[in-house]
Formats: sequence, structure tokens, C-alpha cells
Amino acid sequence: MLTLILILIPLVLAIVLLGLRGGAVKRVALITSLVEFGLAIYVLSIYKADTSSQFALSYDWIKSAGVQFAIGIDGISVLLVLLSTLLVPLIILSTFNHSYRNPSAFYALILMMQSALVGVFVAKDAFLFYFFFEAALIPIYFIAASWGGENSISVTFKFFLYTIFGSLFMLLGLVYLYLQTPGSHSSLLSAFYELKLSAAQQSVLFWALFIGFAIKMPVFPFHTWQPDTYVESPTPATMLLAGIMLKMGTYGLIRIVLPIVPEGVQEWGLVAVILSVIGIIYGSIIAIQQQDMKRLVAYSSFAHVGLMAAGIFSLTLDGLQGSLIQMLAHGINVVGLFFIIEIIFSRTQSRDLSQLGGITQNSPVLSVFFIIMVLGSVALPLTNGFIGEFLLLKGVFTYNTWIGIVAGTTIIFGAVYMLRMVQKSMFGLQTTATEQFTDLNLNEILVLVPLAFFVFWIGLFPNAFLQLTEPAVAELLRTLK
Amino acid sequence: MLSIISLSIFGILNLFLGFLKSRKVLLPSAIIFLLVALGLMVQDWNQQALYFSDMLRVNNLFVSFSVIVILTSLLVVGISRNFGDDLEYTHPAEYYSIILFSITGALMMIGFENLIMLFIGVEILSVAMYVLTGTDKRNLRSNEAALKYFLMGAFATGILLFGIAMIYGATGSFKLGGIATYVQTATQYRSVSPLLYIGLLLLFFGMLFKVSVAPFHFWTPDVYEGAPTIFTAYMSTVVKTAGFAALYKLASVAFNSAYGFWAQTLAVLAILTLLIGNITAVYQVSFKRMMAYSSISHAGYLLLAVVAKVPSSQSAILFYSLAYSLATISAFGVLIIVSERKPFEGSPDERYEAFNGLAKTNPLLAFIMTISMLSLAGIPLTAGFWGKFFIFSAAVQSNLTALLVIAVLMSCVGIYYYFRVIIAMYLKPSDNDGVIVSNGFKLTLLLTTVLTLLLGLFPDLVNRFF
Repeated sequence: MLTLILILIPLVLAIVLLGLRGGAVKRVALITSLVEFGLAIYVLSIYKADTSSQFALSYDWIKSAGVQFAIGIDGISVLLVLLSTLLVPLIILSTFNHSYRNPSAFYALILMMQSALVGVFVAKDAFLFYFFFEAALIPIYFIAASWGGENSISVTFKFFLYTIFGSLFMLLGLVYLYLQTPGSHSSLLSAFYELKLSAAQQSVLFWALFIGFAIKMPVFPFHTWQPDTYVESPTPATMLLAGIMLKMGTYGLIRIVLPIVPEGVQEWGLVAVILSVIGIIYGSIIAIQQQDMKRLVAYSSFAHVGLMAAGIFSLTLDGLQGSLIQMLAHGINVVGLFFIIEIIFSRTQSRDLSQLGGITQNSPVLSVFFIIMVLGSVALPLTNGFIGEFLLLKGVFTYNTWIGIVAGTTIIFGAVYMLRMVQKSMFGLQTTATEQFTDLNLNEILVLVPLAFFVFWIGLFPNAFLQLTEPAVAELLRTLK
Repeated sequence: MLSIISLSIFGILNLFLGFLKSRKVLLPSAIIFLLVALGLMVQDWNQQALYFSDMLRVNNLFVSFSVIVILTSLLVVGISRNFGDDLEYTHPAEYYSIILFSITGALMMIGFENLIMLFIGVEILSVAMYVLTGTDKRNLRSNEAALKYFLMGAFATGILLFGIAMIYGATGSFKLGGIATYVQTATQYRSVSPLLYIGLLLLFFGMLFKVSVAPFHFWTPDVYEGAPTIFTAYMSTVVKTAGFAALYKLASVAFNSAYGFWAQTLAVLAILTLLIGNITAVYQVSFKRMMAYSSISHAGYLLLAVVAKVPSSQSAILFYSLAYSLATISAFGVLIIVSERKPFEGSPDERYEAFNGLAKTNPLLAFIMTISMLSLAGIPLTAGFWGKFFIFSAAVQSNLTALLVIAVLMSCVGIYYYFRVIIAMYLKPSDNDGVIVSNGFKLTLLLTTVLTLLLGLFPDLVNRFF
């Protein structure tokens, strides 16, 4: 029941918001997302770290297609539910200094998006998962296209078509699986796990399912929609995309691809890992060249997600655990980075590194937060990024030493492009754009403090989070063997 | 059964109502007639009977498709608001009568048990369509469309009739049962008369022309564009539903045993239709013409279900027709209003630009249009998604992998052109003023939208009957 409430709170309030006008809209949206977060914390506090699916609920929804409204939280989804409920209030709070036109629609769409995201992470039925997967796309498309930059219409349209393309193949795969289930068919994921599919079937199904998730993440070479969309979208949409929506792809790999087509993963896993590792190197090299800070972080996100995918396909406990904790950590870091870039942009009207510099002289507080987020991103020990990347790299090394060595360059590359960004924007001489820079105000600090807190909390005490997921991940790996 | 008889009588009655001074009774009377026919039709549910010397079969297939046809007509009548405004040029009594007559034809096409009945049904429906296409007498394009439709349609009917004659020559029967028996035994002993194959192809080609499957689709864009929008809505929904019901019946009952032969032909045509319909639609400047090509592409998806020929094909075609009809009526309904906002080069503006900024001036219309486009594009939680879902799962069941891959790719292309409308409405600026929409019109469009969403959430509302 609690799970259903988690889905319903943002959805219902989104509809309420559509009827509201004026300054109340922002506050109602923020309060809603805080209530949602509070509920998620409560759920987390009574969540038992074992292999079972908790707070579960199941109704027959569409009998003719075997669809059940089956939801529940287990070890694999628990951190992602935390992530989507934690980030949304911060994203909403981060917009308080900016007035978006038609705010009721804007915040309503954000909340609808949250509802769909939570739905994706708790769905236990394949078609239900697919609905939420698609339902998340519609609000983010409208946010990005209506409130975005000059080219946002064509850029977001490309993004929309690209992802729909992938998910339609996924749908075909799911329909096929559904028709393979015995008796009067069922589309429960647990029924899909039980299927005995031949190696040939699995090999085809692997690609049908993988492409949908690979585009969402994105994995090389399906990434071409990503940088433009991130840059053209308004910052809250970029945060939603990079912070949470990207994780739908990695989550889908763990939840759907690994357990349903294990032999397909055996057969094609190496290809997937190589593609992911190419993404790491390719994304990093391009990130080093970037002058636009938002674009730089977009490519860094592409590189990081490559490592997560490689870790998942390594099929080791460390790799999977690392990817789960890294999903949480990356979401926190990337939202922080995009927010700081937005702050710099709103003060200087520029994201171009060549026009920035010396910001730290006027605003030491900002630069401290910026450096914390960057250190998290480059995986410095004692920050959240370190735990994730360490486990991921350990997993990839176990899988194949040479690939591990290549993937390991992510730490070096990451440090290069991130520290270059800090150096060029924060240090050096002040430019005309940064002379009048003012330091953070209260709203901005309120967003950054929790983010910084989580950077260190996960970095210092990762076991609190790892223990939540470990039984479920171990169980998953046991069934794969 | 009673509903076929009553519809013909109602048609004549409505014609005489035209003598009355007040034209205001015509619309309510047509609606009442249609509701009565709908009620009579529903009464036949779960009946099994043959009528008119075994010419017509009443069963659940007949009732379910007929209900969709009558429902669609009701909705179209609900958005035909302007008739009666212009005394000299419009003839509302004739208009409503022709609609009632054409439904009779459509019902015969759905219920036929004898190829002669199919032919009569096709003719009644087609002749009515030719007339409706040309009703805008002062508009050259409407005249051209009617003539084009008539000439090509008459040719197609000729081919259809020729096919029927050949089949009779081969099998010695007009009846579906008789043909099926012949085909089965002949296939078994490998002694199928070549006449049968030729006849089968000609018969199918005639039918495919009516539902605008490529390469028999060339009339569609011109006719859809030239006809008054309200008839385009009628034509693209009722003819398609009735045509595919008839086609499915021919394929699954009469020529069931010749599956290997016609399935290959239809599979190739389905691929062709999907490619031509979707790709050409992308390049259209006019929304109305785009809808014509989109209607061709939907014929391709429906054909996919016929080719699959599994037990669930029937309900898939039924659901898809229903979803498609609802969404199409919404789309054309909104177009009727929008195109009159600001004429373009002297005629109603039917380009994409006509929709610019609609979300600001008329949010309700924009919402209705959005749901309609999402449904046509097959986005989840609309009826159109389930239509595609059921058709795709029928195709998965009979392992039509190549067809499926093309269908999926083409669905993506479809999203491109349907979303252009949504983008125009929500994201493009405009200096157009809002329009005032009459309540009856609004109510009908809201009804189609609510039904689309309801079926999107609970497709079992329809599917539990099968």
C-alpha cells in the first residue's frame, strides 16, 4: 500500500497543481515532494534487507493482456526509490530563484514525471514497467521542449523519437516473452524469470531488450541524442534526465535483461562491455575538449554511465553492487554540478569556460560546494563516487583484466576534465563576466547542503546503503549461475 | 438483423422529413434513428442465425463490427454542425439519409454469407461515398475528388465482380461455406483450379482498393483532401472498419485453407502499405493530406492482423478499428474548427500551421487533439496503444518477424508526423484568435477523447466480450 501511495502522491498533486495559480504553485510542489521524500524515508526505515519484495501490492488490471498492477520494493529498487524521492524536492527548490512561465504546468509535469519514475522502479509486471517507462517520457519531453533553449524543439524531438524507437523493440521483446509463458499467460516479471528459453531465442531477445535500455542510458553508439538534449533543456529537466531518468536504463538491465536472458548476456555480454568501455573513453576525451560547462558535464555523465553498464555486465557481486550505489551517487553529483552551472549561468549569462575565471574570489562558499561535487564525481576516496567506481572497477577487473585496465582510465580522465573545469571557472583571474559575482543565497545553500551531506555520508558509511541491496543482488547472481 | 431493415426505412423517413420547414429536427431524428438501430443491433448479441435464404449471417462478429460502424456514424453525425446554415447549397435531409443508407451497405459487408451480398453491400456503401465526397458543389476540389473516386471506385468494383465470377466458375458456389469446402478439398488433393487463384486475387484487390492498401491507394490522398472534412472523417472510419471486417471474413472463412497462397501476397502488400503510408505522410504540408496517408498506414497495421490469422486476429482488428475510428473522428473534428479560424489563400487552412498556438487559445481542443494524436501514434495508456499491442501480439504468435520489425520502425516514423501537430499546438506561437465551439460539438469530441482514454486504461471493457 505504501508503494502505491508513493506513486499516487505526486500524480494527484500534479493534477491539483494544474488548477492553481500564482506563487502558491512552487510551494505546493515543494511541500508535495518533501512529503513524498518523508514517506520514502519512512519506507526505508522499516525496509528489511533481505531478498523479498516488500510493501507489495497486486491487482488484476487488464486480464486480456495478463497485465497485473503488481508493485513492490526489493533490494534492487530500494536505492532508486530513495534517489527519485530525494532529488525531486532539491530540483524543485533549485528553481525558486528562477521564474518559469506557466508555473502550474511546469511543476505539475515535474511531479508527474516523479510519479512515473517511482512507478518504473517498483513495477513487478513487465507491461506495467513498460507503461511507466513510456509515461516518464511524455512529461520530460514537454518540460524540455516548452521551457528549453532556442533549438529545444528539434533537439528534444530527436530525443523523443530515439527513445521511443528503442522502447518499441523492448515492447516486442516483452510481448514475445509474454506469449511464451505457460498456460493462461502472465506478464509478471517473476513469470518471465521462470521461462526456459533456448540460446537462440535469448540471443535475439537480448538485443531487443538491450537496445531500449542502451538508448535510455545512453551506451555508445546510441548516445547522439544526449549532449544536445542536456544542453538545450532547462536545468531542472537536465537534472531529471541525468539524475534519475538515465538510471531507468541501468535499472532495466539489472531487473529485466540479466535475469530473463542470462544466456543472451553470456553470449553478448562482452560486446556490451566493450561498447560501454568505448563510451567511457570516448565520452571522457570529448569532455576534455569542451568549453561549455553544461556540455562537459553531459559528456562526463555519458562516460560514467558507461562504467555502470560495464559493471552490470561483469556479472559480479562487486560490479552490480557498485552500479547500484553509483546510480545513487551519480544522481546526487550530477544534480549538484548542473545546479552550480545554472547558478554561474544565471549570474554571468555564460557557461563558456574561456569567459569565466576567478569566481572563488567573490564567492568562496560556492567554490567549496563546487569542489565537493567535483571531488565526488572524480571518485576521490571518502566521497560517494569513490565507493561506486571502486566496486565497479573491481567487478570489471574480475571480468577481464585488460578491459578493467582500459576502464580504469576513467578515473584519470575524470580528474582531468573535472579539475580543468574547476580551475578555469573558479581560479585564475577575474573576467568581465565574473567581476560582479555574488555568493550563494539561502535557497541555493539549502539545495547544496543536503547534496554535499550525501556525498560524504555515502563516501564515509557506504555499508548502510550496500547492506540494503546486498541480499537481493546476491540472490540475483545465484539464480544466474 | 432488424437493424438493417430499420436503417433502410429510417433512411427513407429522414428523406421525407426534409419536406418540413424546420431543418432543426433532422439532426435529432438522425441521432434517434441511429440509437434505435444500435439498440436493435445489440439485441442480436450471442444469436446465431442466417437470413434471406442464407445470404446474411448474424453472429458476434457481425454484431461487434456493426456496433462500431453505427457508433462511429453517431459520432460523425454529432460533429456535423453546419448543415442547414446555407439553404441553397446544402441538403441536410439527403445528407443524413445517405449516411443511414451507407450504414446499411456497411452492415451487409460485415454480415455477408454470400459473395453477392458482399457485392451489394460494397456498392451501396461506395455509391453513398461518391455522393458524399462531392457534396461541396461550389468547391472544384470536391467535384474533382468525387469524380476521381467514382471512376477509380467503379473500376475496382468491376474487378471485384470479375473476381467473384471467377470464384464461382472454380467452385460453383457464391456461399462462403461452399467455397471453403471446395478450397479445402481441392488443396488437399492438390487440384485447385487456377481460376480460383485468379478470382481470389481479383476479389482481394477489389476489397483492398476500398480500404486503401498500397498499391491501390492512389485515390486516397486526393479524395480525402477534396471531400468536405466531415465526410473524410466518415469515409476514413466506416469504410475501413466494414472493409476489414469483410476482408477478414473472406480470408479466415472462405479461403482459410489457401492461407499459404494469399498470406504471402498480403504480407508483401502490408509491407508496401506501411512503408508508403508512413514515409509519404512525413513529407506532407497539409494536415488533412497527412491524415490520408496515415489512414493508409493504419490499413497496413490492420492487414498485419489479417495476415497473422490467429484466433485473436479478429478481436485485434476490432479493437484497432475502434481505437482508430475514435481518434480519427477527434482529429477531423478539431480540424473542422481549426481550419476555419483563418482562411489560407481563400480556402480553409488545413496545413499544420493552422494548429499553431491552439493550446493557448483553446486548451480543451488542444487536449482533445493531443489525445487523438497520441492514440494514433500508439503511445501507452491510449486506446491506440492497445490496438497496436493486440495486433503485434497476433503477429508475434504467427512468427511474422520481418513484418513486425518494419511495423515497429514505421510506428516510430508515425510518431514523427503525429507529434508535429502537438508541437504546433503547444510550442509554436500564433496570432490566431480563439474560436467558440458549440456544446454539441464539444460534447461529441469529449466523448471520443474520454472513450480513447478509458479504453487505454481498461481495454478489457471491449475485450472481455471475446
